[in-house]
Amino acid sequence: MKIGVLLKQTPDTETKIKIKPDGSGIDESDIKWVINPYDEYGVEEALRLKDAAGGGEVVVVTAGSKRAVDSMRQALAMGADRGIRIDTEGVSLDSYTTAVILSKAIQSENFEVLFAGKQAVDDDCVQVAQMTATALDWPCIWPAEHIELGADKKSVVVTRPVAGGIKEIMEMTLPGILCCDKGEHEPRYASLPGIMKAKSKPIAELKAADLLAGETPKVTWSGFRLPPERKAGKILKGEPEAVCAELVKLLREEAKVI
Amino acid sequence: MPQLNCTDFLNISELLSEEEIEVQRMARDFTEKEILPIITKHTRESTFPKELFPKMGALGFLGATLPQEYGCAGLNNVAYGLLMQELERGDSSMRSAASVQGGLVMYPIYAYGSEEQKKKWLPLLASGKKIGCFGLTEPDFGSNPAGMLSRAKKKNSHSTNSGWILNGTKMWITNGTIADVAVVWAKNEAGKINGFLVEKGMKGFSAPEMKGKFSLRASVTSELVLEEVEVPEENRLPKAEGLKAPLGCLSQARYGIAWGSLGLAMACYEAAVEYSKTRIQFDKPIGGFQLTQKKLAEMLTEITKGQLLALQLGRLKDAKKITPPQISMGKMNNCAIARKVSHVAREILGANGILDDYPVIRHMMNIESVYTYEGTHDIHTLILGEEITGIAAYK
Repeated sequence: MKIGVLLKQTPDTETKIKIKPDGSGIDESDIKWVINPYDEYGVEEALRLKDAAGGGEVVVVTAGSKRAVDSMRQALAMGADRGIRIDTEGVSLDSYTTAVILSKAIQSENFEVLFAGKQAVDDDCVQVAQMTATALDWPCIWPAEHIELGADKKSVVVTRPVAGGIKEIMEMTLPGILCCDKGEHEPRYASLPGIMKAKSKPIAELKAADLLAGETPKVTWSGFRLPPERKAGKILKGEPEAVCAELVKLLREEAKVI
Repeated sequence: MPQLNCTDFLNISELLSEEEIEVQRMARDFTEKEILPIITKHTRESTFPKELFPKMGALGFLGATLPQEYGCAGLNNVAYGLLMQELERGDSSMRSAASVQGGLVMYPIYAYGSEEQKKKWLPLLASGKKIGCFGLTEPDFGSNPAGMLSRAKKKNSHSTNSGWILNGTKMWITNGTIADVAVVWAKNEAGKINGFLVEKGMKGFSAPEMKGKFSLRASVTSELVLEEVEVPEENRLPKAEGLKAPLGCLSQARYGIAWGSLGLAMACYEAAVEYSKTRIQFDKPIGGFQLTQKKLAEMLTEITKGQLLALQLGRLKDAKKITPPQISMGKMNNCAIARKVSHVAREILGANGILDDYPVIRHMMNIESVYTYEGTHDIHTLILGEEITGIAAYK
């Protein structure tokens, strides 16, 4: 089975985000980069589906700068077979143009199924996989929690959480896109032999500018700023009666909430 | 450029390959998810987390520098060192178990064993399905292994193919009680040291566990008792003769300890930094006091120097240019600084430093073993003394 995984490199979730002094973007200098955690579930599910299908190929597809290769190698070390990187150096992309270049890059691959994370933890746009599905005219399930290969090996049976703790079970004819949530399968560790093998696995390179073919972003960023800093709280000290009276007074006069 | 996911003040990440960094990050991830959540319980109960061994095997942690044809990962020595660092950041018991299996059991089979022995044992040991131990130290011969009393005599002195009869007692043997195979060193009738693969269940062989340890509590430490144990010739390591053979194994393990002890030091340092930023006394974090800052600055400086030492040892080892006194310096220095760092971290944590809610007291107790085993601090000092002066103080 030929399986693709859309993988984005994102800042580690513990990163303290800093804005460039001129407000034009994020200061990336101290960021620790990781595989978007939801995409890691995608890699895990892709590797499991390959096993369930009795073999095939898992290809990692990334739109990103050169540093994203590090994250792609991690997926290759987990067991993916090869990579395709669309070099985005010097190109400003929104969700739409990212979907354009991803769908074009994989056109000739004839994947039977594509995996993605349910969202990227950096911008939380939750759009690229759906837009890619639209561009390819494929169905898309969001979010996918549990995935099983259908008996005919041409469909998948997917469990999807919906509001109120209810699970929806859907069958999707392939090809299609599955957007993975945290399910029951923790992403595997890359084994040491896997890490050693990863360096010799091929990563093909394409240029975003070539794939865009004149398409331009629908969204432009006008500025970045951090949320205002929280003011320090006020601690009232003293006898309970006096503190309560003071508190009520402040809530009425200063905070104006009662 | 990818970065190490650990204390790296001088940016040694820049001196490492992508694979080396990836190994470190993966090993740290493993320690965070698999070792740290269970290690306090095992330490309290004094039990070895045996269930982690096959997991470590499946990921290639056991005998990781040995070649892939025997089911091993074929790592270079720097990547291996980073692996040891991260395991010991979890607990010295886990690093010890991996060190013994790889450096002291698989390595002698690989270096001194027959092709049949390698094919039989290495894949089983690499996968963690079988556990090995190493028997050199005796109750009365620790720093001076050449004086060992264990004896191997030929069952039939007229036949070259004859089996052997082993007698003796070994002590302080990591994993002895749970081992499926023991690499046992004993003198033959000519007084030459030979290595034997003594298998669990051989008549006359037992491995009682030593109780009452205050250190390495999540590791099994045992005696090996050999009473007229019959060992076939095919279980003798054919290429090992003389003290050089077991000392060659110790060089492997000591090298790993030079890195492992850094992991222990980092765990203590990181806990101390975290604590000193959050513990408020006299209305400010204790990290804001000069005495605490001096302690933290000295800890970080020693760890950083230790990293550079370990890294260069690894590069020398990969280039096959390393000498035993260089390894002694690494083992000696990095255990000593880790011991100091753990003590100072314990001070910074105040009363909390004696509770196992924090990792520091566990590491502080563990380092006492690591400081002493695989050549004590003093013996390594004397090895360096001999290297400098040409005069052996211990002979």
